[in-house]
Amino acid sequence: MPEHSLDLALTVNGETVNERVDARTTLVDFLRDGLGLTGSHVGCEHGVCGACTVRVNGEIVRGCLMLAVQCDGAKVETIEGLSDSGEVADLQLAFEQRNALQCGFCTPGMVATAQDLLKRVAVPSREEIREHISGNYCRCTGYHAIVDAVEAVARARAEGMKP
Amino acid sequence: MKPAPFAYHKARSLEDAVAQLAAHKDARLLAGGQSLIATLNMRLSSPTLLIDINGIGGLDRIELKGDIVEIGALVRHAQAERSDVIARHAPLIARALPHIAHPAIRNRGTLGGSVAFADPAAELPACLLALGGEVEASGSKGKRTIKADDFFKGLFETALAPDEILTALRLSTAKADTRIGFAELARRHGDYAIVGLAASARADGKKLADVRLAYFGVGDIPLRPRKAEAALMQGSVEDAVAALDLAPNDDVQATAMTKRHLAGVLLRRVAKQLMEPLHA
Repeated sequence: MPEHSLDLALTVNGETVNERVDARTTLVDFLRDGLGLTGSHVGCEHGVCGACTVRVNGEIVRGCLMLAVQCDGAKVETIEGLSDSGEVADLQLAFEQRNALQCGFCTPGMVATAQDLLKRVAVPSREEIREHISGNYCRCTGYHAIVDAVEAVARARAEGMKP
Repeated sequence: MKPAPFAYHKARSLEDAVAQLAAHKDARLLAGGQSLIATLNMRLSSPTLLIDINGIGGLDRIELKGDIVEIGALVRHAQAERSDVIARHAPLIARALPHIAHPAIRNRGTLGGSVAFADPAAELPACLLALGGEVEASGSKGKRTIKADDFFKGLFETALAPDEILTALRLSTAKADTRIGFAELARRHGDYAIVGLAASARADGKKLADVRLAYFGVGDIPLRPRKAEAALMQGSVEDAVAALDLAPNDDVQATAMTKRHLAGVLLRRVAKQLMEPLHA
């Protein structure tokens, strides 16, 4: 029989999580309200703003357009995990140095999306950077500083240096 | 907002999914979920049951079968973007994919889901129509194929019966004389198009034959302007633009008059692409 709530087993930032969730709970609400991982933000709730971007099985997804129950057996990584492991430390530093954030609401999603691009393309063009972050709204910076930060990190990583 | 409560069933097989669909009138299929979950969150839709088809094996393949490219319903946009088979044999799809939403959405969204959802402003339904492709569907009465020209019936409405599941898209492979064109206008890269146009044709000497134009974002379904197609086969782009008989409504993005103008702009751009061989 189809059920309204289900048992869920997954790993979040490397830790095993077993919870019972309502079928209607989105992944981002589960992470925030169920696990207290409030780094992933809830903006538009229909896939437009990108503030809820997280990684599921290594690929970035919209946390508002996946149900938590769909993540049974999955490996989920949030900005907390990406920060703690140091994977995006250089991006975070570059964002800070270049004022690529003001209010910070978009930043977790922006960093996760930028990291996704840099994993695929070593030194992307500014146009490629803009295209890859086109699904992440920032209402403060006007994007130039974000593109600068991502570009600087790409070059620094390619040269094996700090940005 | 948050979705209204619903039950969830992870389908074990195609038969299981069809049986659940037949047994529950208010059920919806969950594939990539990139349109469905947005509509649930906004409570534009409140099904009593979601049937998750993501666990069904064998629906995530891109296969070359003679001169047909078969794309399983669960093939994701990102998977198709990386596919050599799509790049070589279905170049119109390859050209359209980067315009579809954003990387995080293309990682989840499926080609089958986009066609079955039949959003009138979406790229893939128009591509399927421009290519004269087919949809394969399975239901309690068995399997059948539906031609793209007969598939789109109305706003978010298709020829699929309530207990049918789209299982694959079928497209003829591109040949040496195949020509394609694709262009869309959107306010932000990846947003739904204000107006878009997908096209295919066959080179016939210096002329074009079998021209199929499919506009999206200008009506309830992807639309073929037959008079413009005929004019383009006669060889005149300006006559084709003048023959456009689209009747879009005003929407949040643009007025009908703007859309009609932009449809002409796109036709000129796409006609230029149609004049160029695929592998110059």
